[in-house]
Amino acid sequence: MSRPDPRTAQRPPDSLFTLVTDQWTQPYWDAAAQGKLVAAKCENCVTFRMPPTPFCPQCRSQQIDWIELPGTATLYSHTVVERAILLELADCIPYVPAVVEPDGAPGIRIITNIVESSIEDIVSGAKLSVLFDPVEGGAIPRFRIVKDAK
Amino acid sequence: MSTDFTIKDRTAIVGLGATPYYKRGASLPQTLEEMVGKAIISAAADAGIDVPDIDGFAYFAGGFDTGALQETLGIRDVSFSATLTGSGGGSAGALGLAAAAIVSGQAKTVVVVGGVQQATLRYGAMPSTYDATPESVFYQSAGLAGPGQMFALLARRHMDLYGTTRDHFAEVAMAIRANAVGHPDARMQKPMTREDYFAAPMISEPHCLFDFCLETDGAVAVIVTAAERARDLSARPVFIHSCEHGASVDWGRSIYWMGMPDESFASSGHATIARRLYAKSDFGPGDIDVAQIYDHFSSQVIMQLEDYGFCAKGEGGPFVASGAIRYDGGSLPINTDGGQLSGGYIWGMSHVREAVDQLRGTAHNQVAGARTCLVTGGPSNLPVSGLILRSEP
Repeated sequence: MSRPDPRTAQRPPDSLFTLVTDQWTQPYWDAAAQGKLVAAKCENCVTFRMPPTPFCPQCRSQQIDWIELPGTATLYSHTVVERAILLELADCIPYVPAVVEPDGAPGIRIITNIVESSIEDIVSGAKLSVLFDPVEGGAIPRFRIVKDAK
Repeated sequence: MSTDFTIKDRTAIVGLGATPYYKRGASLPQTLEEMVGKAIISAAADAGIDVPDIDGFAYFAGGFDTGALQETLGIRDVSFSATLTGSGGGSAGALGLAAAAIVSGQAKTVVVVGGVQQATLRYGAMPSTYDATPESVFYQSAGLAGPGQMFALLARRHMDLYGTTRDHFAEVAMAIRANAVGHPDARMQKPMTREDYFAAPMISEPHCLFDFCLETDGAVAVIVTAAERARDLSARPVFIHSCEHGASVDWGRSIYWMGMPDESFASSGHATIARRLYAKSDFGPGDIDVAQIYDHFSSQVIMQLEDYGFCAKGEGGPFVASGAIRYDGGSLPINTDGGQLSGGYIWGMSHVREAVDQLRGTAHNQVAGARTCLVTGGPSNLPVSGLILRSEP
């Protein structure tokens, strides 16, 4: 398991991405299209939540502040996908779905991919930096490993 | 008047029916509904009940079209037709739904049936077939196309937190394979060594091929009726002692959301189910003679063993490494039919089948003197479920 693996994490295909939004998720994708990473914060009790939903699970308020985040994050968990379970994934092996904890928004996680990084550098706790992959209809926030971060 | 709102020991499984467990696609040209019908007919025959006398249907994972089943099977009058929400997490809980129907007087003879046919999908990539929603965009855009990838994220966290290793996953896969070898209904008949396990292709690291359950076609049905009536029927009754479904707010959409608090991220989501299941029963973990643990992924077997209190949180790896889950000499034999990893994957219903066989005393790998059996329903998004069956109330 600890064998060095210099392969680069690929991107899953755009064809998996069909942007469907509602009024609660639209601001997240609007911000991403402008190259900004944001998170939903309850205006009433200041609890963050992601993905954004109609009610704050802490206080049931519907008032949201959209907070722009610094774009750095810590890797919480990930999986290296080595087998294409759908035909359309065949050209992007290995790719790395990940759960990350963004700085500036305590208590939330974002489901994303680690890209532009060597597989061997992708370890739990790694420091990450956001990037935005343009797709039809907007952009997808993804993350790369920050190699010189402590 | 009694105000004792409980299903405890008031109903029993009196009939059991199943199709063969086919390798994915090999059940064609049968339809899924045809296999479901065969399982129901077989279960009714086992119970000594006429098919037209069935009056209730309890499902999970979306269920089936009761009207179509009624018409093709000639069932006279349906008075209960309901399904738990969610997916495979409701398989054990559907027995509680049947018990609730009977205890509340809504039906007398309820069938619980599950079936699956995976002719085209591979590796359980069912989430990839769901229509995109504002919520699914988040995981679909990341290429999380199947539960084996989603649960791999939980498995890695368990490894990080507790030092769980792939050797622990291997022991789960090998112990369950050992039960399949020689079992007449199990698909996988070749023993698995540690070398075999580590030679298997990686699918979604840390999950390799042998951490995934099988891709199977088939259907399993059971007939449930009131305990007092059960004794007059032909088959030996197996009593529904305790059954729970749901999950705590920590779990919710779980693998589709990944927002679980850190203390429950690396879990099966069953902790609250286990607490309620034992609280409403006469038993604790030490009283369970044999268990059928939902094994879609080996790592989730380890986390369920923790959540059901067979070992402490984080000690599931060393627990299985001790040989505890082995049929041969273990303190808690599990998945004695080869489970879903090596026997057949019927969305959890094969576990119900094997539990009935164990408590009737007719199992191929019979646990001597088994009187209690735990059955769990799929770690998945809410609901997850648990069931304790017993041979005598």
